[in-house]
Amino acid sequence: MASERILEVEGLSVAIPTPSGMLHPVQNVGFHVDRGETVAIVGESGCGKSLTSLAIMDLLPLRATRSADRLVLDNTDMLRIGERQMSDIRGNRMSMIFQEPMTSLNPAYTIGDQLTEGPRRHGQSGMSEARDRAVWLLEKVGITAAANRLRQYPHQLSGGLRQRVMIAMALMCGPDLIIADEPTTALDVTIQAQILHLLAELQREFHTGLILITHDLGVVARVADRVAVMYAGQIVEEGSAHRIFTTPSHPYTRGLLDCIPIPGKTARGSHLGSIPGIVPSLIGEMPGCHFAERCRHATGRCTSRPVDLGDGLEPDHRVRCVFSPEELQP
Amino acid sequence: MFTYLLRRLGVAVLVALTVSLITFSMIYLSGDPAVALAGEAATEEDIESIRTYYGYDRPILVQYGDWLFKALQGDFGQSHYLKQPVALVIFERLPTTMMLGLCALVFALVLSIPLGVLAAIRPNSLIDRTALTIAVIGQAMPSFWFALTLMLWLGIIWRLLPITGSDSWANFVMPSIALGYYITPAAMRLTRAGMLEVLSADYIRTARAKGLRPVTVLFKHALRNAILPVISLAAVQFGFMLGGSIVIETIFAINGLGFLAWESIQRADLPMMQAIVLVLSVFYILLTLLADMLNAWLDPRIRVA
Amino acid sequence: MATRSLPTANEILEPSPAALLRRRVFGHAGLIIGTAVLVIIILMALLAPWISPHDPYDQVLDRKLIPPIWFDSPKVTTEHLLGTDQLGRDYLSRLFWGARISLLIGFSAMLISGLIGTAIGVIAGYFGGRVDMIANFIITTRLSMPVVLVAIAVVSLVGSSLTVVIWVLGLLIWDRFAVVMRSATMQVRSLDFVTAAEATGCSTARIVLTEILPNIMNHLIVVATIEMAHAILLEAALSFLGLGVQPPEPSWGLMVSEAKGMMFFDGWLIAIPGAALFLLVLSINLMGDGVRDVTAPDGRN
Repeated sequence: MASERILEVEGLSVAIPTPSGMLHPVQNVGFHVDRGETVAIVGESGCGKSLTSLAIMDLLPLRATRSADRLVLDNTDMLRIGERQMSDIRGNRMSMIFQEPMTSLNPAYTIGDQLTEGPRRHGQSGMSEARDRAVWLLEKVGITAAANRLRQYPHQLSGGLRQRVMIAMALMCGPDLIIADEPTTALDVTIQAQILHLLAELQREFHTGLILITHDLGVVARVADRVAVMYAGQIVEEGSAHRIFTTPSHPYTRGLLDCIPIPGKTARGSHLGSIPGIVPSLIGEMPGCHFAERCRHATGRCTSRPVDLGDGLEPDHRVRCVFSPEELQP
Repeated sequence: MFTYLLRRLGVAVLVALTVSLITFSMIYLSGDPAVALAGEAATEEDIESIRTYYGYDRPILVQYGDWLFKALQGDFGQSHYLKQPVALVIFERLPTTMMLGLCALVFALVLSIPLGVLAAIRPNSLIDRTALTIAVIGQAMPSFWFALTLMLWLGIIWRLLPITGSDSWANFVMPSIALGYYITPAAMRLTRAGMLEVLSADYIRTARAKGLRPVTVLFKHALRNAILPVISLAAVQFGFMLGGSIVIETIFAINGLGFLAWESIQRADLPMMQAIVLVLSVFYILLTLLADMLNAWLDPRIRVA
Repeated sequence: MATRSLPTANEILEPSPAALLRRRVFGHAGLIIGTAVLVIIILMALLAPWISPHDPYDQVLDRKLIPPIWFDSPKVTTEHLLGTDQLGRDYLSRLFWGARISLLIGFSAMLISGLIGTAIGVIAGYFGGRVDMIANFIITTRLSMPVVLVAIAVVSLVGSSLTVVIWVLGLLIWDRFAVVMRSATMQVRSLDFVTAAEATGCSTARIVLTEILPNIMNHLIVVATIEMAHAILLEAALSFLGLGVQPPEPSWGLMVSEAKGMMFFDGWLIAIPGAALFLLVLSINLMGDGVRDVTAPDGRN
């Protein structure tokens, strides 16, 4: 089966006015997701990956403004439709799982009520049908006694269970695309792996597109098909997961990978890498490479003019660096 | 849930007892109540007979126990001035004050909740600023002055409403506004703050991510959670308003509990004053108890523990 | 070998905290206006003996009910800018002297209630547990007694005077101090620097005075303004009911009360002292709101 494009993003930017100037947390981001594909967006906290996902959903905070050259969800140009049509898409064809399962469910309503809200809103099914699907999905996400759970309130469930409910909720309308924003960060380490496996499994089973946003490279290595690495509001490297993990090109990607131990590769007792310096402020304009200040390879031409996302080692691989990918290999 | 209610009830009873003790001892503030009652021209004998008649010669604790025991049975003694059972007079006047308080509360909430919600939806907008200005001005206006000004304009200059009395519904319009406006700012600010906090909560984002209509998000998901503190405030303020109705009832000559309290104070009618303070305090305690129970029932985190 | 990179242009241009505070204070219109009006009223009160055109108690019976100068009436005279009351006393002078009563009562009652409430609140918040339970009980008991009613009952029993009104109000309106100070103390108490002070063996009194109080000062100031305004309004209400400051003192509440009978013919008689009360309370409230906004953590408004 030929791959089918679910989401195309080009030139996506977000601007937020602050007392000390205009903040540009997302700058000219572009990527795409195919049906049945998992795309991971990685980067440290504050690099703009969460805002990227909120911008796609059009759920940015009031003060923030979004601009994009292209934002297409399966033939629907999301730049050309109003809020009303956008809300028809949300939760229906495109759904989202958030970072904080403890606070992402409304404490005042039962799980069943909150699960069935989506299908009822989008006119997909009546109450009883929606309940049946909710029970079926709760069982799918590994919740026992699902029918009884529908009557429970969020505070009666643990964090792991709540995140499972959130995942079930995202699947209620059978979306084409799921955006998972750090879905495991707030959970115990032991539960993180379970939730992640569950996500990957369901994604295969329902054959949806999945955008997985995380700062955990270990997570990415296990489930992603393709990876986009973000730094200070920009994508600095993009390619297949295999390419990124075996031959990372951008100095930032390489720095990131040095920070995690790899069983069998990292020698016992050896030092793990770290990246010196801090993330630059994104207020105001910033010419040149955002990573230059922290980069060992930086030269004068890095900061003199904007650096484009250029071709990499293979067709689907792109790197934002003044050096060619070949030059960057050790 | 059950233990919570039981605990809450225990505290309420304890508070009520303490208030009754304070209320009772109030009559000793002026020194010897018998002397106060007898008046200036009284002889030593008169005072003595009054003292024994009202039982002021017994030990204070015995007096308190006796008073409390009778009060629990609804017997607050005789009014010194009206020569009628205190409980009966209060019972006659209470409905008028309740009515006034309820009207004032409804007026305040009908004005403040929508304003608070609108202000929270668009912070710093024109509506928000207007609402805030109204709140700031409202909080600074002396209630008696506001009442008199209303009376002057609505009653005398435009002749829209009757200025005094408590016979028809029209008599209650101005007093309700005058009594209710004072709590409007607080209720509005609380609604606004609650809505602002709830609207930035994660579950609101979840609701929006589900594609729910803005109206559903606002009323089902946000207001339901933001309104809880407003309910407590409304109960508390209702209690305060009954106490504060003394000013408004005096101005508009409404024959309620507040007016009665003012008359009784003018006539040094001690049993009546004690009873009114106690009744209003106990009513306030019941109100807050009710509000807590309502909150517990509305908040599943307390209800389904 | 990781070295911190040179500060970026933005970091250098970042204003200092003091400059930021100054900018916020002067950028806050409410705070500036409120403070300005309050200062004017305080000056009025302090300078009353010198700036009053007449004796506020002097009754001139053939000069009764002269309207203020903006009225079109043959009785109007520049000698009485705000006219005279029903006893022929100069209204402007009474207004000046009345500011003294309002400010004196408001400030003193706020001081008394602030001492009581802060003590209860800080003790409850600092020690918690059983002490907190008892404090909560005391606060609940106080809240369940209707302020106006209890105040006038007590004043009528004890006999009304300026001192009595101050004490009665001071002993009645400490509840907000207690509630706010309690929660503020609880918050500060759980912070690390308090634990650190405890660990170094500081005495409780020292911790409360040097670690807790300075950190809840902004809340204290805000509540103090609210309660001062509250006390001023209560005094006016008591005097209006005839159970506060007694005639012939020029209390603003009493002035409204005395003019009540005349208000349908001479509305300005209640409008002037009422407006004065309104302005005073408004300026105090604006100042309190301003202090709250300016000292609030960044981004809160």
